[in-house]
Amino acid sequence: MTLAERNTLRDAIGNFVHSFVTFIRLMARNRVGFVGFLVVIGFVLLALVGPYFVELDTKTNVSQIYQPPSREHILGTDHQGRDIWAQIVHGGRDILYVAFLAGLLSTFIAVTFGALAALVGGVVDSVIMTITDIVLTIPQFPLLAVLAGFVRLNSLTLLAVLLAVLSWPTLLRAVRSQVLSLKERDYVEAAMALDMGLRHIIFAEILPNMMSYIIISLTLAMTGAIYAQVGLIFLGLVPMSGNNWAVMIQLAWVRGAIFFKDSIYYIMSPVLAIAFFQLALVSMTRSLEEVFNPRLRAGV
Amino acid sequence: MWSRIIRNFWVRRGAKALFTVFVVVSLTFFLVRLMPANPVEVYINSLIEQYGIPYDEAKNQAAALFSIDLDAPLYIQYLGYIKNLLHGDLGTSLISAGTPVSAIIVRFLPWTIFSVGTGLLFSFSLGIILGMVMAYRRESLIDHVLSALASVLSSVPNYLIAMMLVVFLGVQWKLVDIAAMRGSMSPGMQPGLNLAFIKDALYHASLPIVTYIITTIGTWMLTMKSSTISTLGEDYVVVAKARGLPERRITLAYVGRNASLPLFTQLTIAIGFIVGGSLLIESIFVYQGIGLVLLRSITQRDYPVMQGVFLIITISVIVANLLADILYSRLDPRIKLGTGE
Repeated sequence: MTLAERNTLRDAIGNFVHSFVTFIRLMARNRVGFVGFLVVIGFVLLALVGPYFVELDTKTNVSQIYQPPSREHILGTDHQGRDIWAQIVHGGRDILYVAFLAGLLSTFIAVTFGALAALVGGVVDSVIMTITDIVLTIPQFPLLAVLAGFVRLNSLTLLAVLLAVLSWPTLLRAVRSQVLSLKERDYVEAAMALDMGLRHIIFAEILPNMMSYIIISLTLAMTGAIYAQVGLIFLGLVPMSGNNWAVMIQLAWVRGAIFFKDSIYYIMSPVLAIAFFQLALVSMTRSLEEVFNPRLRAGV
Repeated sequence: MWSRIIRNFWVRRGAKALFTVFVVVSLTFFLVRLMPANPVEVYINSLIEQYGIPYDEAKNQAAALFSIDLDAPLYIQYLGYIKNLLHGDLGTSLISAGTPVSAIIVRFLPWTIFSVGTGLLFSFSLGIILGMVMAYRRESLIDHVLSALASVLSSVPNYLIAMMLVVFLGVQWKLVDIAAMRGSMSPGMQPGLNLAFIKDALYHASLPIVTYIITTIGTWMLTMKSSTISTLGEDYVVVAKARGLPERRITLAYVGRNASLPLFTQLTIAIGFIVGGSLLIESIFVYQGIGLVLLRSITQRDYPVMQGVFLIITISVIVANLLADILYSRLDPRIKLGTGE
């Protein structure tokens, strides 16, 4: 490595560290949002790294049924005497994967077609908005439930795609109105006058100005996907095997564990895991707003 | 000229609702006919396998149940399906053979409309009041407490709240008798306009209603708070204050009315969400509403019921949205000027 190369590398690392520190500092400006952010990071680490440290023992252990929390079992044991904490650690990955993929896909659909509707206008706009209005009106969850009756949803990716296909309308409307207002700005009008192509205008001129909006929407789309996904699994409409929080809730419910006083740790662990994760995601959007919206910062 | 513009808006709004109904009708038809597991074929095969009925007879039975002529080309079947729908014929149930789907809907739909409607009415009005209180007492203790509560309530999925109600109220603290509250009314109760029936209906619907209120009120509170804060800065409020109008009048007629307008657009989305969520809530509390019927028809593969109930749920949401829009335009005359959204 030459000296020049080493310097560039050092600069690159320095820049990265610098922007990372700035990002964290901005995130920390909003206390509630920052706590949400930390909890989200915590859940992601728990789901991705946790399984390597906590062993999942799926064997039935009759002598250990419904044990209260102890040093050995942090969250107690379930109806088969298995450790609940291990199930919580191993049960997050599926949920996070489906939520992230579904959120990403639906955001992509909403941004692409919302921007297209606003920029092209005319017939394209009317067609897109009519479809959006219709999909928005059809109650999403019953439609998902009905579809689950036809399609065998035993693949996580397929489930994520299905969730994404139905959950873009609200975001699309918001993106469209944002783009409609951005469209009037000088630099976009200039790009249009120079005939720089629709793709350039959408991705290079308009999108960067909407990043805050898009990232916040992605976060909210993830909460929507978690709602629908856990709901479908809970109702037994998506035959999911293995261990995840939703399956834990479903088992507790179907086997009547919920009506058994000792089962409280078993039923509440996944319920609270999902509830806290959802709450953390929503809180995090407050900090994200501060990071991306300089106007909010000025006042503080 | 004025009446023409108003009529024009309603014509357009009504046409939009009708068009949506039409799309959903078509969607459910093609969903059932073209999906990989075509339920008509599945049903015919199950008849042949289970009862050893010859193919033609099984096909005739299936055709009668789904109210479609299976030999006709698809578009004729489609037209026939629409014709039947217009006559209120949604086919008959496969599981409880001979029961018309329309009869099932008439029996169960009112319970869902009753519980969801009551919950929404309460959460919407309470949310508006609390939101205004928060805006007027900005940065006070009550504002901070209510804001935190609202954020928590609006982010936790409604079925998890419902479960916690069962776990804590019903099982851990034994404050309510979950088992006795199942169903939409006590056995032997006769529906009618008397106090005993109304009390019984409210008793059985109370947990779903409480869940709908708890899980939607947060959004109303937060939206109303921010909307009120921005309304308080409007010129007409400042002028009204300068004119020395009574505080009460300013709060209700000037601030409250104008600040609540943005909430009506959210109301249309919330209706669909709550009705959709009734599947989960009714299943948790075993409340005999339309959501529970839809769920059962899906798990039992009772396709005519599933198709009909899904259609009716969607139409109810479309009609409710139309009503919300009418209410909105009553409150905000600007909406009638024909600018649409």
